[in-house]
Amino acid sequence: MNAAVARVFPIATVVAAIMIVWYGFTVYLNAPWQIERYEKAGIEWQMEDLVRDTMALDRPILPAPHQIAIEIWQTTVEKKITSKRSLIYHGGITLSSTLLGFLMGTVLGIGLAVSIVENRAMDKSLMPWIITSQTIPILAIAPMIIVVLNSVGLTGLLPKALISTYLSFFPVVVGMVKGLRSPDPMHIDLMRTYKASRMQLFWKLRLPASVPFLFASMKVAIAISLVGAIVGELPTGAIAGLGARLLAGSYYGQTIQIWSALISAACMAAILISIVGLISHITLKRMGLQQ
Amino acid sequence: MTAETSSNAVINANGLCLTFDSSDGPVHALKDVDLQIDKGDFVSFIGPSGCGKTTLLRVIADLEHPTRGSITVNGMTPEQARLERAYGYVFQAPALLAWRSIERNVGLPLEIMGISAAEKAERVARTLELVGLDGFGRKFPWQLSGGMQQRASIARALAFDADLLLMDEPFGALDEIVRDHLNEQLLELWRKTGKTICFVTHSIPEAVYLSNKIVVMSPRPGRVADIIESNLPDERPLDIRESKGFLEIAQRVRAGLRQGQL
Amino acid sequence: MTGFQTLLSRLGVGAALLALVSGFLGGGSDMAVIGGSLLLVLAGVRHVYGILPHIVIDLAAGLVGMAVLLVVLASGMGADFWWLLVASWLFCWLAVERGMMASTNTAMFSNVILLAVPVFFGIWIIFVWQMLAVGLDIPMVLLPSPAQIAVRFMASTSVLWADFQQTFLKAALIGYILGCGSAFILAIIIDRVPFLQRGLLPVGNFVSALPVIGIAPIMVMWFGFDWQSKAAVVVVMTFFPMLVNTVAGLQASQAMERDLLRTYASSYFQLLINLRLPTAAPFIFNALKINSTLALIGAIVAEFFGTPIVGLGFRISTEVGRMNLDMVWAEIVVAALAGSISYGLLSLLEKQVTFWHPSNRRNHS
Repeated sequence: MNAAVARVFPIATVVAAIMIVWYGFTVYLNAPWQIERYEKAGIEWQMEDLVRDTMALDRPILPAPHQIAIEIWQTTVEKKITSKRSLIYHGGITLSSTLLGFLMGTVLGIGLAVSIVENRAMDKSLMPWIITSQTIPILAIAPMIIVVLNSVGLTGLLPKALISTYLSFFPVVVGMVKGLRSPDPMHIDLMRTYKASRMQLFWKLRLPASVPFLFASMKVAIAISLVGAIVGELPTGAIAGLGARLLAGSYYGQTIQIWSALISAACMAAILISIVGLISHITLKRMGLQQ
Repeated sequence: MTAETSSNAVINANGLCLTFDSSDGPVHALKDVDLQIDKGDFVSFIGPSGCGKTTLLRVIADLEHPTRGSITVNGMTPEQARLERAYGYVFQAPALLAWRSIERNVGLPLEIMGISAAEKAERVARTLELVGLDGFGRKFPWQLSGGMQQRASIARALAFDADLLLMDEPFGALDEIVRDHLNEQLLELWRKTGKTICFVTHSIPEAVYLSNKIVVMSPRPGRVADIIESNLPDERPLDIRESKGFLEIAQRVRAGLRQGQL
Repeated sequence: MTGFQTLLSRLGVGAALLALVSGFLGGGSDMAVIGGSLLLVLAGVRHVYGILPHIVIDLAAGLVGMAVLLVVLASGMGADFWWLLVASWLFCWLAVERGMMASTNTAMFSNVILLAVPVFFGIWIIFVWQMLAVGLDIPMVLLPSPAQIAVRFMASTSVLWADFQQTFLKAALIGYILGCGSAFILAIIIDRVPFLQRGLLPVGNFVSALPVIGIAPIMVMWFGFDWQSKAAVVVVMTFFPMLVNTVAGLQASQAMERDLLRTYASSYFQLLINLRLPTAAPFIFNALKINSTLALIGAIVAEFFGTPIVGLGFRISTEVGRMNLDMVWAEIVVAALAGSISYGLLSLLEKQVTFWHPSNRRNHS
């Protein structure tokens, strides 16, 4: 119990400090505009008026945290899920393409890793390009890919999911290759003394040894899948999803909407990562690889 | 502590206690340790694990702080002695910095102490020769064998010419042949330089072979069980270990260890 | 010769035979294709029976196939063309397999092979792309061919250079330096305050997993349309990976090494310079490499939210709108080159600085 407090207390302090700074900046950044408004209307104003009013603007330069919280509450709990203004609706769309892309990326990543570990020519010719592929700012050309795929008739979930796939296969390949090569040479020699076949070596030694590495990379992969899905929603054609909310918000100067989309994306990322973490924890515990 | 003993004493401990807090309650790493080490002594600390021999060495080096009692190093507090750079310390592992060549590793303490480049080069060359590593100065630690790495770490402790050498199981991880060889070289070095050496070990033959004073320690709580003065000659070939005098001292150390267990 | 190599050569013979047959059946087929296929069949049969077992012949067979394909390439190619493509691909693979096998013999040869194989693979990707784009007559609005992209690239170097300056030299580079630099300084400060360490580190870890790119519209609103807002996005994106990695790196030194420096009565700065920063270097380079990619992404994506009429991101989004896909791809080539070269330079620097790290040692000793 004491250990938990000792762990949480510093984090809570830092988060509280961030909140205080945030409120400070809300007043500071919104004040000039608010003062201008007072002067136009010819209103005498006190400091407390200023503080109160800067936190209640419709389109603030920086919204206060509670404004964002209220906006999120209104667009999740108080709206019907089918409504175009419901964050749950938009979040659901982003979530489904994230998950689809993550799934495809993981499968592709595992497949590539297995072929790289099992075939030396694949290792030498493919691996440098897999690394190079990630230095290409794919996220930057995501909108183009979406537009092009739309023009060949691929619409909806799949184009966005492909962006996520491209981003998420990389950590999986790198992690899995490391994992499949992680067995102790002594264990490999042991398998040799049993005259184990290549397949047996793979299923009984390499694959189990790679599981912790796989889960570690999946945590990175799911986070980056979400980023891919959001950026995939940015092109003007998209009308739904958290990315589309961001873009619409920026067009109409709806800062509260931008921030609420941003915060919900952050929460979604946190939840997805913890779910993968939980599955990893349970699996590794069952396999006896973790206490 | 009287005036005449302190004049020659390098280390003087009186009623030294050190207690760690752990989840199972306090652990008495050291309890009521009284000890005097004179100038030019080669003292071995021997005992089973948990007897506080490493802790005692770390207290002397000001890496741990005693909870009770007093200790002086060269007549100063351990902290003053550390700031005066009064001792060289050799750890269980070589602890060489991988990004520095052997000569730059040996020169590290000299750099930190602000010694001029010319003098540094001269001293590094001299100490490397002393431990038989001349010609290896440009190599990196990971290009040398374990025994050579440990020799380099001894050279590093010798480089700044402190009169006191603290060694914490320096040869524990090495194989017996390398160990015998380094033991011989260490004795040779001690005779040549007349330094005071505190040497932690868990090997009875090593302790008897090297030292003129053996401190036998016992665990839970860590305390001094016996102090055995050795009367072996200063000239010690390796086969002295089969001599009667050697075996007698080894017998006494073993008896002391056994007694401490009870 | 391994079973896998025999399999490859048998498949190669099969594909070349199919090319021959479909060439004759189709009639009016190019003599070059027929001749090339015949050569490949012979080379494959030779390989299967182990006559003249030299790797150069396998490589030559693959290259001859490629050359023939390039010569006859026109839109709407027949089945013989595609079978020949498959056959020469199999022969090239065979040559690579044999090269890998031979590469274990001498160090010099193995270095050449290790560099040649990925380059060869890259050339093949571009080659197949060209074949597919022209042979299948794919419209340019969908996927321009490498040749078209190259032509457009050469024709518009001045525009590309202006975009590169705006996005890479201004937004990405300045943001990268500011973001990594400030995170580095903060990491050294946090390192001295354990309370901040325990509080800020989990928050930093959390933030570096978030879709930070989403702040781009806000930054554009705050800092205007020009490169400053893009640099601000890059600062935020690169800050947290650098912070988290540097703090972890500063803690990576071992207790025994810290004790050692303590016995020398070294000052805080001596400890930092001589022990903690060198141990942190691999972690710091890791962050620098991750951040080099993130910085470019951040700068380009931020341009989608508003920009003056210059920049890689601006050009990509407007040219997509005009369906000038060759120009878009030329910009992608610029971005890819900039990204790979920065990453490569950082990797080289890393190898120089952290030559002592176990992962780099092989090249040194």
